[in-house]
Amino acid sequence: MADCILVVAEHREGKLNRASFETIAGAQAISKETGWAVEVVVVGEGLDAVIAELATKIVSRVYAIEAAALAAYTSDAYVYALKNFVSTKQPKLVLFPHTYQVRDFAPRLALALDRTLISDAIGYKFESGKLLFSRQMFQGKFAADVSFAGDPPWLVTFQIGAFRGDLAEPGSAPTEKVTAAVAEGAPRVTPHEVFQEAKQAVDLSQAAIIIAVGRGIKEQKNVAIAENLAAALGGELAASRPICDNGWLPLERQVGSSGQTVAPKLYIAIGISGAIQHIVGMKGARTIVAINKDAEAPIFEIADIGVVGNLFDIVPALTAEIVKVKAGT
Amino acid sequence: MKILVCIKQVPQKDAPLKLNEAGTWIREDVSYEVNEPDAYALEEALRQKEKHGGEVVVITAGPTRSQQVLREALAKGADRAIHLEDDRFGALESTNTARAIAAAIEGEKFDLVVTGLQSDDYGAAQTGVLLAEILGWPHATIIIGIEKTDSGVHLKRELEAGHYQFIDMPLPAVLTIQSGINKLRYATLIGIKQAKMKPMRKVSYGEVEAKLSKNLQRIERLYVPVKQKKTEMLEGTPPEVAKKLVEHLRNTVRVI
Ligand SMILES: Cc1cc2nc3c(=O)[nH]c(=O)nc-3n(C[C@H](O)[C@H](O)[C@H](O)COP(=O)(O)OP(=O)(O)OC[C@H]3O[C@@H](n4cnc5c(N)ncnc54)[C@H](O)[C@@H]3O)c2cc1C
Repeated sequence: MADCILVVAEHREGKLNRASFETIAGAQAISKETGWAVEVVVVGEGLDAVIAELATKIVSRVYAIEAAALAAYTSDAYVYALKNFVSTKQPKLVLFPHTYQVRDFAPRLALALDRTLISDAIGYKFESGKLLFSRQMFQGKFAADVSFAGDPPWLVTFQIGAFRGDLAEPGSAPTEKVTAAVAEGAPRVTPHEVFQEAKQAVDLSQAAIIIAVGRGIKEQKNVAIAENLAAALGGELAASRPICDNGWLPLERQVGSSGQTVAPKLYIAIGISGAIQHIVGMKGARTIVAINKDAEAPIFEIADIGVVGNLFDIVPALTAEIVKVKAGT
Repeated sequence: MKILVCIKQVPQKDAPLKLNEAGTWIREDVSYEVNEPDAYALEEALRQKEKHGGEVVVITAGPTRSQQVLREALAKGADRAIHLEDDRFGALESTNTARAIAAAIEGEKFDLVVTGLQSDDYGAAQTGVLLAEILGWPHATIIIGIEKTDSGVHLKRELEAGHYQFIDMPLPAVLTIQSGINKLRYATLIGIKQAKMKPMRKVSYGEVEAKLSKNLQRIERLYVPVKQKKTEMLEGTPPEVAKKLVEHLRNTVRVI
């Protein structure tokens, strides 16, 4: 069997998760260096539309592993079906997007295969015939190049945004349906419907100016400092997750992977370190200003304008200056 | 319910981190604290015990200094602690950490194991899930609500972008806990005093070594990330910086 890279694509209720294309783009890039063919697999039930969509990229084949037991996601059923498929196929690499669902089952799949998983990689390197995967460490303060020390299949999840899904090369691939291996006996886990909490009152996705505050604000009463700046600029107030976890601002003002995705003209990040889960929610902003006392904070990696310093000095000075300029004095 | 809480000691959030000379890890002379999601896992375990009775046991794998996070957990109300104590535990990949924990709790009958959803240092987000595979138990990740039922637990899982899902599963099970699931308590003075009397079982590397295998992944090098974007850094006193920034907001960003 020819060497191959297997991409495990993701869908929810028959709707393809776009992050799957990012992983395909990553696989295509690795394929160019290694010569390994790219194949795609998706697990579930009634996947015709999903595999048709996946087959519009340059890959050798798209598989649908189907069974009624896979209609709703459970880690048990996914691990069982994929373990069977991967151990028969013996790909060199198995790549996944680092989604919530993949986080839930991929480590277990790796161990069931007696292998290891490098999780949340942001890229790869191919150095003298050896594949290395780069990943963030210490919440983005460092990066590491990690290698596999054992035999393939090697399992890797790619961080959302690590590759550009729109750059996955178009093509036309054959599709194939595979009957899934299903464990005997009753399932252990009962999943219920996926839902969204009541409609949010604040829609940050439409805001032109966002002032976002992070844990650097220290105390709830200090949030007013950011509020004043937002008022002076006519912007919306937003926050990183810990601020909402603490109840200092409502959840609907949280920006990031588990909150809202925003794309304002101006995003001012105040006392926010720039963890990836925050960045995925705001990196589409036209201009990013970061105010942080730590010159090494990862937020400066994506900021257009940076200020290293104490927010308690800088933000009030900025608010005062804006008020002054707006008043035309 | 008898609950095991897996916790990890990680560098403090604000600690300035430096690379070691070999460029393989950070220099260890920094201050440490409990991994934040693990603190929420502990809090949740304590709340479940307060509701349903039982016992809360905390475990960590790491060098002598990591005993501090166990002491703090005992002070907050955990009943006893297990310390897999050895520098070598820090160099294990998630699979072996999970194996070491499984070996250390052999013979104990837990109803529930909870861990934080990932660590602030390595961030692999795997140990809890792997522990479930080793124990042969069901598991669920990124949990933001736990309700005990007659047949097991009713759980609220966080999904991406404001989506959620309820799932039911039997016990015993392993759950990885998301930050914000509850409000953290502080240790009381009495708690801190009582913690000193609570049992702490030490498990040596030798006792679990037979259960471990070769690490299947290796950190080749650690480095400061290469900057992707050109950032214009503004310098000066706060009023000077404010002036420069307002000029930008006016002339280039055009929001004033
Ligand atoms: C599954 C999952 C989902 C998540 N979803 C989200 C999400 O949707 N949104 C989100 O934001 N996070 C999310 N997170 C959490 C994320 O990983 C980070 O923990 C979080 O973003 C950190 O918030 P922060 O930057 O405010 O706090 P910290 O990381 O603690 O950073 C605080 C910053 O403030 C600076 N600072 C401190 N004092 C001052 C001062 N006086 N002046 C200036 N600067 C100062 C510090 O230097 C530091 O950089 C998620 C995590 C996981 C695992």
